[in-house]
Amino acid sequence: MRNERSLLKQNYHAAAWNEPIIMQMGRKGERGILVPEAEEEIKEVVGDVLSRIPTDLRRTEPPKLPEISQPQVVRHFLRLSQMCLGTDLNIDIGQGTCTMKYSPKVNEYLARLPDISELHPLQDEETVQGILEIIYKFAGFLSEISGMDKFTFQPGGGAQAIYTNACIIRAYHAARGESQRDEIITTLFSHPADAATPATAGFKVITLMPDENGYPDLEALKAAVSKRTAGMMITNPEDTGIYNPRVREYVDIVHEAGGLCSYDQANANGILGICRAKEAGFDMCHFNLHKTFSSPHGCSGPGCGAVGVRDYLEKFLPVPVVEFDGEKYHIVYERPFSIGKVRSFLGNIPVVLRAYAWVMSLGPDGIRDVAEVSVINNNYLAKKLSQVSGIGMSYPKAKCRLDQIRYSWEQLRRETGVGTEDVRRRVVDFGVQSYFESHHPWVVPEPFTPEPTETYSKDDIDEYAEILRYISQEAYVSPDTVKNAPHKSTITRIDERILNDPKKWAMTWRAYLNKRHSWDSQGQ
Amino acid sequence: MARTRRQVAHPYIPNSVAKTKEEMLDEIGVSDVSELFSGIPNELRFKGVLNLPKPLLSEYILRRHVEGLLSKNKSCKEYLNFLGAGCWQHYVPAVCDEISSRAEFLTAYVGDTYSDLGKYQALFEFQSMMGELVGMDVVSAPTYDWASACSSSLLMAARITGRSQVLIPRVVNPEKLWHMRNFFRSTVDIEVVEYDHETGQLDLEDLEKKISSKTAAVYFENPSYLGFIETHAAEISRIAHAHGALSVVGVDPTSLGILAPPSEYGADIVCGEAQPLGVHMNYGGGLCGFIASRDEEQYVAEYPTFLISIAPTRRAGEFGFGWCTHERTSFYKRERATDFTGTTQCLWGISAAVYLALLGPQGLRDLGESIMERSHYAMKVISEIDGVKAPMFSSVVFKEFVVNFDAAGKSVRDINKGLLRHKIHGGKDITREFPELGNSALYCVTEIHTKEDIDRLASALKEVLK
Amino acid sequence: MKPVKKRIGLIVNPIAGIGGRVGLKGSDGREALRKARELGGKPESPKRAKEALLRMASIKHELDILTYPHEMGEDEARECGFEPIVIGSIKKGETTSEDTKSAARDMAEARVDALLFAGGDGTARDIYDAIGGRLPVIGIPAGVKIHSAVFAINAQSAGDLVMMFLREPAELWEAEVMDVDEEAFRRGLLSTKLYGYLKIPYQDRLFQGPKRGSIAGERSSMNGIAEYFAEEIEDDYLYIVGPGTTTRAIHERLGLPKTLLGVDVIRDRQIVASDVNENQILRLVCDKKAKILVTPIGGQGFIFGRGNQQISPDVIKKVGKEHVIVVATGHKMASLGGRPLLVDTGDDETDDMLSGYIRVITGYRQELVYRVGLGKCF
Repeated sequence: MRNERSLLKQNYHAAAWNEPIIMQMGRKGERGILVPEAEEEIKEVVGDVLSRIPTDLRRTEPPKLPEISQPQVVRHFLRLSQMCLGTDLNIDIGQGTCTMKYSPKVNEYLARLPDISELHPLQDEETVQGILEIIYKFAGFLSEISGMDKFTFQPGGGAQAIYTNACIIRAYHAARGESQRDEIITTLFSHPADAATPATAGFKVITLMPDENGYPDLEALKAAVSKRTAGMMITNPEDTGIYNPRVREYVDIVHEAGGLCSYDQANANGILGICRAKEAGFDMCHFNLHKTFSSPHGCSGPGCGAVGVRDYLEKFLPVPVVEFDGEKYHIVYERPFSIGKVRSFLGNIPVVLRAYAWVMSLGPDGIRDVAEVSVINNNYLAKKLSQVSGIGMSYPKAKCRLDQIRYSWEQLRRETGVGTEDVRRRVVDFGVQSYFESHHPWVVPEPFTPEPTETYSKDDIDEYAEILRYISQEAYVSPDTVKNAPHKSTITRIDERILNDPKKWAMTWRAYLNKRHSWDSQGQ
Repeated sequence: MARTRRQVAHPYIPNSVAKTKEEMLDEIGVSDVSELFSGIPNELRFKGVLNLPKPLLSEYILRRHVEGLLSKNKSCKEYLNFLGAGCWQHYVPAVCDEISSRAEFLTAYVGDTYSDLGKYQALFEFQSMMGELVGMDVVSAPTYDWASACSSSLLMAARITGRSQVLIPRVVNPEKLWHMRNFFRSTVDIEVVEYDHETGQLDLEDLEKKISSKTAAVYFENPSYLGFIETHAAEISRIAHAHGALSVVGVDPTSLGILAPPSEYGADIVCGEAQPLGVHMNYGGGLCGFIASRDEEQYVAEYPTFLISIAPTRRAGEFGFGWCTHERTSFYKRERATDFTGTTQCLWGISAAVYLALLGPQGLRDLGESIMERSHYAMKVISEIDGVKAPMFSSVVFKEFVVNFDAAGKSVRDINKGLLRHKIHGGKDITREFPELGNSALYCVTEIHTKEDIDRLASALKEVLK
Repeated sequence: MKPVKKRIGLIVNPIAGIGGRVGLKGSDGREALRKARELGGKPESPKRAKEALLRMASIKHELDILTYPHEMGEDEARECGFEPIVIGSIKKGETTSEDTKSAARDMAEARVDALLFAGGDGTARDIYDAIGGRLPVIGIPAGVKIHSAVFAINAQSAGDLVMMFLREPAELWEAEVMDVDEEAFRRGLLSTKLYGYLKIPYQDRLFQGPKRGSIAGERSSMNGIAEYFAEEIEDDYLYIVGPGTTTRAIHERLGLPKTLLGVDVIRDRQIVASDVNENQILRLVCDKKAKILVTPIGGQGFIFGRGNQQISPDVIKKVGKEHVIVVATGHKMASLGGRPLLVDTGDDETDDMLSGYIRVITGYRQELVYRVGLGKCF
């Protein structure tokens, strides 16, 4: 009977609890949990400890936290969770570049065992041999997958990983007495962090624009390199999903100029086991374990940007590093050339644990399957979307599209006035996550960038394509329905002007209480 | 292809079913999946099979394998733990685990308010309750950790004041200093302010000597890295302001039920660590930094992190949320001290929100009191041991304190090895971080340590020092 | 309370675009117009104006349209179902640029909220001559010559822009008004001059809604450019600074006045000469070390040959390509949509020398490497 099933969830409606802000809840005296009170014997010995705090440092007014009983706290946050469309709940194809894939439940179970969750990061290495073994072995897996020689898991996310690589480039040139190399080259369709974090690391940032086929302009690169070139930091495939087959030439040009090349592989889903950073000549790379390697995104972290480098850059890695002497694992701090620290302790290690379990469940063939299936899924979706009015593919001449594609609703907007932001709000009415449009600036007009990872079934992709087809049709017939979306979401349209207005924005409840009078004119 | 590929449909990959693949390839119009990769030149292809372990295909075997590895660890559940120093063991209420495990939160990412309202509201509530704790109207969404929150706060101060030097107390976590040094590079200079070796307090004379019209900010922590309360907080802020610098204060929020909020002693920017609020230590993966400030345009414009604002919707009485995306305006030379943000630790911000909602004002006060009573009890019983001095400084202690073993005849390292035999993780060895403090360790006692636990530590120490 | 209706002024230059299909460069001047009609030329502007108006159909009742009679807007408005308030008078079928000017003046007088006009560079210039920057304007591109930056990408976008402008107050931004330099034209040279700036509602389709850039953001990137330039500026060099708002920001950073429509020369952070012509520049440079600082002018991305002809081929050759500094905000560069920057100095050798790749400073320590193409065909 499956063929008769409608692909669209026409009757979907998001949970709309209209939950109060927690600051409005509860009544005086209610308690959500009681803290273990010190034993009488302790109290007898120490007496009134609070009186030892100098008077002017004592808290006189208790913080205005809400006073709520436990069932009400639980209900409140459960309701909030119901108004949050996690990947587990929806066909999360829309958030391209984010690699929204299934995070296996067993890995979550493992990550929450006390043998990892109750570890203190400064414990004696004797007492953490199990987790160190996982860290060390997983670094080995990534070395195999990338061809790099050594990994660190200290960066807490992709941007921090790119920053780490920029710091390593800086340290490398400084160690060679070439601190005048102060320019990092990146491309417009690389992740914005490839421009932002080298700037934090003190570099000038030189951006290459795409050529007419969407590839970074090779001639521009030749014109860009000089004695001041410190390195190049790029993605491939780029944000547009286009794989640059001449990447090795780009790397060679930068190497000849004396720079290092850093491969942003935050999302490597389409090339796992297919091609590696090493063969393309890169000196370093990074993987987002919360993307390609299945650790959940957690509403934006905790994540992990695993940084890998070739042997000649090992000594610059942040401290500490995990070493193995054949018998025991060690946490090593003594590294005179290290760039120091980018994050406290060893990083988000439970993320590494999940990624380790994920690779262990797949093995070499499974890893390759991930790449192949995600590329099949992407090309299949492309086929489906090519039949939808108003959608165009960016740079249609670029051949090799791997795990994602940047599309454009420009035609739809021209013909109906409905643009990508409208469609983005409308898809929510069918129970799927608002999609990712593009990083800025929008060189591809009215963009959106779906990424159907290996997680989604053929039926899932069909449903997703059908949603976009339906909305496109709607735009031609009744554009206002799309423009005024969402209609079945948790809330109605937000007045976004407030977000940029210093007199009205409120990042806390206390600020809102001060400013709410200024909202009056705005329909509240 | 030379090798034969496994024909098992993998449970995580629906379209790994051979027949489905074929159907889809048909529809795409290619006969083999390799055609989809034809754009990747041969010389860039990885030849052969990745040298990875054979897959543990059944979930049961996988679980057994990983549990086996993890069981080699000696967690702080199994052993008694007195380590703190940037990551602290507190009780995590079951409700916090329940909420942070919800798949809706766990597996969401950067979706819009219309699909992820709950995430925005929970994080707005985190910001709101943290705002009450620190007495500030603007609080950031979570950042990586205290170290990065601190570095970012000081860069904000540099951009706001247009100055390029910050004063940092000697008594600060060296890892944090390390982070700053890497982060500031040449844009901001770090000058270290000495401390009084008797009390641990910031040396105000040294501060006066070092502060100048170049100073963007004076940073200090309350309680300090070594656990004592910084009593001259208001005076430090006053000195900073007198020189046109900002007062930037780092806090442990578990102290704020009993300690005055930094806003009361002149802080302009506050930063700190939210991990103690309902987040497991996670081997350091539980960290969750935050930044807070007054609600002034020039401060808001300089936040490198995400900020969630509440906003009205088209329906009266309904709240929506969104990123406050105020364009950074033209305040002087912000270009020089740039910063960035990305995926941070937002899930833990939600846990912290749940934690604060559970504790409420009274709970937070009880927490502070309970911690202080226990830490003071611990100092008392430890200092009764021959050759052991606790605390080392005369100032009032909150939950961490320096224990000195100079007269005990054994190095901290050996003592800690000895304690491990008693299934105790002793305090952090700080003999190399602060050589002037001699043979010392930084101990941490929280509400989780019962009298029995503390007595057990004392008797184990006695054993070890025998 | 019923909100006060917004009022939009509408001016259609009824003959704009007439020369395009028949190979004439614009319709300014009676002779050209006659010729265009003879050749069977049809004006583009009525059609384009209607495309824009139709886009606004859904808010028909939320606004009043103030317009001039017949083909200058009334006809178009009525055909699209609006009931315009018609003011002024014209000689049907014989309108001139004077009519455009008086229409603009009347609408400014009537204090409309914004002025929507269909035409080309000549029309924009007439409006600028009549009312300067007194009203926010939105240009519907309908002329043959579209060098000015006051026009929307196409007619539909102009309509969308009006809708947006009515829904929420937009910030205003200066956009260049360019037109053929008639004096030069009479001397047989086709050269485009920068006449001034009109105010347009700032619109940013390159960024997502709430993240949308604002003027503050645009100023901030200009300040970044200025700060960077101020750090890198070298003593003993003459800097020949072209017109533009970005170069003005650099002068502001240095505490110097800037001739907005002309070229200034600075050295050691001081003004050497203001509003100079080619000969003055050549005399100043003589055998001294010099650099040229320019920003793209107009909507097409010309860095030389439109609006800054004072920096002539001789000047450029003398200074050398390696000493040409281009500055532009990232937003401006992105709005080129991948098209190259253009040069049309009137000298092939100079154009060839400049074409290829050039660095463009887009912010503090931020640069693009960007293609430069020949602009002759534009």
